[in-house]
Parts: sequence; C-alpha cells; structure tokens
Amino acid sequence: MERLFRRPGAQSWMLVSPIMLILVFFLLMPIGMITAVSFWGSTEFSIYPAFQFDNYEYLFGSQVVWNVFIKTFTFALITWAITLSIGFTVAYFLTFHVHTLTWQITLFLLCTIPFWTSNIIRMISWVPFLGRNGIANQSLIGMGLIDEPLEWLLFSDFAVILAFVHLYTLFMVVPIFNTMMRIDKSLIEAARDGGASGFQILTNVIIPLTKPGIMIGSIFVVALVMGDFITVRFMSGSQIANVGRLISNDIGLLQYPSAAATAVVLLCTVLITIAIMLRFVDIRKEL
Amino acid sequence: MTKYTKKNGLSRRTLLKGAAASVTAAGASLSAPMLWAQSNIVLRQAGTGVSAFNEIAEKAFEDLGITLEMTALDSDSVTQRVATQANSFDIADIEYWICKKVWPTGNLQAMDTSRITNYDKIAGTFRSGKLTPTSEIAQGTAPHTVGFTTGVDGTEFVQEESGWMTLIPTIYNADTLGIRPDLIGRPISNWSELLNPEFAGKASILDISSIGIMDMAMVVESMGEYQYPDKGNMTREEIDLTIGIFTEAKQNGQFRAFWKSFDESVNLMASGEVVIQSMWSPAITAVRSQGIPCVYQPLEEGYRSWGGGMGLAATLEGAKLDAAYEYINWYLSGWVGGFLMRQGYYSAVPETSKLFMSEDEWGYWYEGKESMGDIVAPGGQLLEGPGAVRDGGSFLDRMGAVACWNSVMDENQYMVRKWNEFIAA
Repeated sequence: MERLFRRPGAQSWMLVSPIMLILVFFLLMPIGMITAVSFWGSTEFSIYPAFQFDNYEYLFGSQVVWNVFIKTFTFALITWAITLSIGFTVAYFLTFHVHTLTWQITLFLLCTIPFWTSNIIRMISWVPFLGRNGIANQSLIGMGLIDEPLEWLLFSDFAVILAFVHLYTLFMVVPIFNTMMRIDKSLIEAARDGGASGFQILTNVIIPLTKPGIMIGSIFVVALVMGDFITVRFMSGSQIANVGRLISNDIGLLQYPSAAATAVVLLCTVLITIAIMLRFVDIRKEL
Repeated sequence: MTKYTKKNGLSRRTLLKGAAASVTAAGASLSAPMLWAQSNIVLRQAGTGVSAFNEIAEKAFEDLGITLEMTALDSDSVTQRVATQANSFDIADIEYWICKKVWPTGNLQAMDTSRITNYDKIAGTFRSGKLTPTSEIAQGTAPHTVGFTTGVDGTEFVQEESGWMTLIPTIYNADTLGIRPDLIGRPISNWSELLNPEFAGKASILDISSIGIMDMAMVVESMGEYQYPDKGNMTREEIDLTIGIFTEAKQNGQFRAFWKSFDESVNLMASGEVVIQSMWSPAITAVRSQGIPCVYQPLEEGYRSWGGGMGLAATLEGAKLDAAYEYINWYLSGWVGGFLMRQGYYSAVPETSKLFMSEDEWGYWYEGKESMGDIVAPGGQLLEGPGAVRDGGSFLDRMGAVACWNSVMDENQYMVRKWNEFIAA
C-alpha cells in the first residue's frame, strides 16, 4: 500500500480522482450512452439495441434538418452579435465611466435584477407585451405611429431573438466586465500620452486586452442559444424550429434513438464551433 | 425551550436535554397523523389537462378518503410517461389513441368488468362501438377497437366485450373548430375555412400529431383536395399529401401559432391572436367564462371525436388496486360525470350523471334543448342566460355526426417524422 503511494504521480491521481469520478459518471457515461442509443432502432413505443445508421442517414438526408441547423446557427450568430455589442458597451460604461467601486458594484447588481425570476417567466412575460393587442402595439397605435398592429412582434424570428438577447446578455456582460476591470489604467494613460485618440485606445488597447472576456462570454451565449428549445417554442408560437426543438419533439413522440442521434450531431457541431472560436484567443494564456 | 435565553448562558447538557425534549414532543405530536396516513391511500393520477380538476380530487377525498395526486401534462408527455416510467403513476387518465400506443409496453393492467358496478350502463360507443344500434362506426381509432383485451395481462386487443377492459371510459366528445364570431363576423360552416387566406396569420392548429393529422384530414377533404378511403389509417402517400398542403399554408403565413397544451389554446383565443383554430370544449368554456364570445362551431363535414378513459398501472396490487377500483366505480357513479358534463364533455355513463344535474342543465348540455334559466360553468361563472341552445345541438346530433376518431395509424412512425418536419418547416 505504502509503495503504491510512493509511486510517482500517485498522489496527483488520488487528488484528481473525485472530480474525475464525477465527470466520468455524470458527463462521459451519459454522453457515451446517448451515442450508443443513437445507433439503436425504435418502434412506436420501444427502442431496441442495434447498430444501424438509419437515424444519421435520415438526419443528413433531410432538407428540413439542414434548414433547422442553418436556422440554429443564424439565431446563434445574430444573438451573439447583439449581446456582444450591448454587453461590451455596458461593461465599458461600468469600467471607464463609473469611477467609484461602490457605484460599479451597485450598477452591476442592477443588471442582475431580472435574473431574480426564472427564465420561463422572463420569457413568457413578453407574450402579452408583444401580442396583437398587446401593450407595444397599443402604445404605437396610440402615438399614431402605425395604423395596424404589427404582426411580426410576436411569434416570429424577431420575438425569438429579442427573448434570447434579453435572457443571455448578462452572460456577456459579466466576463467582459471582469477582464476590463483588470486592465491596468496606466496603460490607457500611456496610450493617451503617446497621442492615441479615444478610438485608437479602444481598438489598440482595450479590445485586445478584453479578448479573453469576450471569448468566454461568446462561448456562453453560443452554447446557450444553440442548446435552447423552450425559448424558441414559446416565442415562435411553436412555428419555428431549432435543433433543440427537433430533439424535444422526438423525445415527446418516443423516438429516443432519433433524438440521441440529433443530440450527438448537435454536440459535435457546438464543440467544433467552440474549437474554432478558441483558435482566435488562447484563453489560458491571457487569463 | 425558553431556557435558551437564560442569562447564565447555555451549557451543552441543557442544550442536549432541550433538544431531546423537543424531539420527543415532535414525535408525540406527529405520531397520530402518521398512523392515519398509513391507512390512507394515495393514488397518483397522470393525465391530460382535460379532466384534471381540483374539484374532483377534493370530492374524491371527501367521499372515499382517497387522496388523489393529479399531474396534468400534454398528451405527448403523458404517453411518454406511461410508456417509459411505469412506477411514476397509479392511474393513467388518457385517451384511446394513447392506449393503442402504450398498451404493448405492458405498463397498464386490464380491468375486470365484473368489478365495475355500472359496466352495463356504459355508453354503446365504448362497448359495441355503436352509438345507436343502427349507427355507423366512424373512421380512425374508435374506442371499442382498443377497449378490450384477453385477460388481466392481455397484450392483444380484441374486438368483442371480453370482460377485460384496457381503459374504463370516462368522458368523450365531438371536437370541431373554435371561432371568435365577433372577430370573424360571418357564418363558418366548413373545415376548409381553417386554411382560408382570409384568416392568414390568425389561424392555429394543435401540435399533437395523432389529433392534428385528423384535423388536417378533415380540412383536406373539405377543400375537395382528396377523399380518403380511410383517414384513420393513411398510406404514406396520403400522409405526404396531407402534410404537404399544410406545410405550404404554413409557409404562406396562415398560422399564428401552434398549441400543445390546453391553456395555450385558451390564451391564443382569448387574446385575439387567433380567430379560428382546433380547440377542445372546456377551452371554449374557459374563453367564454372570461366574457369573450367564442363558438364551438358545428361544421357540415362532421366532428373529429375522441374518447378518454382511465387505465390502471401494472404495478398496482393489493389494497391500492382495490382502492383504484373503488375510485373508478365512484368516478362512474355520477358526480364526476355531472361535473364534467358542465364542461361540455359527455359522460361515458350518462344515466348516472343525469342524477347529479338539474333538469335544465341536462336539457341544455345533453338534449340540446333551450335553457330555461342561467347556465353556469363549474367554477360559477355565467355561461348563458335563458333561451340559449348548445352549439351543435343534442348528444345524438353531435355524436351522431362524428366523421373520425383521433388515430394511431399503421404508418404512425412515418407520420410522426413528417409531422416533426411540418412543425420545423
């Protein structure tokens, strides 16, 4: 026993084993099972072990599925662009325009207030607001800006993206704010002394130094949007599908192998996307 | 306990004493209800929202001492639960098409009809399949075709009254389109109106494949696009054709939304987002009790019908099984039937329900007669004043005009895949 402990690296293995066991049991094994089931076959009410490629064949062969993947990427891209610009602006304001730490913390906490209620409630409360006879349309008509209610406010791409932005902007604000706060203010003074304009300071000093935060925020937002299904279901009135909804529909109709195959493809897609993103910034080096 | 605040502080010993005392005290006060709870039976009922009313659970507790834990889910979720989580429910309150899907899993056990007191009074639709001796049986998964099996562990459906029922029928109805007459302003009399471009962006259909496909078939036939030999059992080509027509309409912006749960349909209609849609009768009642006009419009082509019933979990045995039989006998004995009839459903045992309704209520809801006084929803809201007639008329008029039942087809898996594509298209 004692000899075992003295072997080189044994202690490190022991130390790492709790987290490793957790990851093996609750992450790797479920993923392994999902992958295995994705090759199974199914009847209407049961699934049976097999090794067949039917589910994947269908996935890659169906035009609808391709469109759904494109839609999922579109949502992710648009949401990413909007949350990034809002998130960056908010973080910039908090870091460079608010000068006392107390106010920075107070204002930052204000940003988190909407998160005191659940995701679903925040999302559903848009429905009466955006509806045909909702507050938004009534106010616009009341102000004389429009004559007919705007139909595209609710149950549309617009509504879905609005809800995504509302739900996920904070995931962009937090990491960006965090890295910005760590920028040494003397660097900015030096740049100014060197004759850089405000815009040059932004592009040559602040943005490069904030990259890790931007990247972490981007990974959050992209992963969350690509994996979402409930926001799309409610805000589109079930009319629009993303990959998450394909999976949830399959599960609802007891087509587990098909759902598993879609999940595997989605997982690979998200991993590849994040791998590409990480090529741009080495988060570990910059943190 | 007040010792804790003594000035000279708190020794470990007094703390322990106090804690021990409080534990025994709690034990003593708890022991009585615990004993009582042991003899008390809890039945977990999982079902679709259409008949999960708290009033029923309260009344069951009052009459039988049985505690009902009701879980209301959408149809697909109930199907999923019954098929995959056999231990998560005692009673499945489902529809006959769901029964066709989940019966082969063996998670439900058949019921001995000799233990059902009012078996003889159950409506013909659920036994021989015939509403009246002369009526024709509509297309689709009619309840009697999946209503009987060979024995308590039977896996096959049989077509005659075998003495073993898969589900005990509780309620059923003839469904049609719901409309907002105030926002449409003209008579609606055909299923094809659902795809009328006049209602572009103001129509909805339900996103539950086995029911939605039948609504679609009614619309397709009404449009004159196709006449199905049997819309309850379509071929792949027929499925493609049907869903194709609706996909095109969807892409042209015909639909405002699809709904999956009962509440969603109520909200869509009450808010005016949608003026014509697939709907269930209590949803109409719910919209109307908000004071908003809503009609369950009878249509020339007839109704799409469904039947609901309760199945016993295969895991039930002993006292719990007896309690479940007792509960089902109570369910059929009239009070629940009367309660649900006021929602606009039909009770599977009309004779007993009649005893729990006033003559005026019975006349309005069942016989299609003009109301004499106020017709009130189960929650107490006024639905109609005197002189009103139920949409579609009497029981025989409505159930006699059933064109099809909600269905699970031979090509169901193909249909489900196509349905999924329709939702995603």
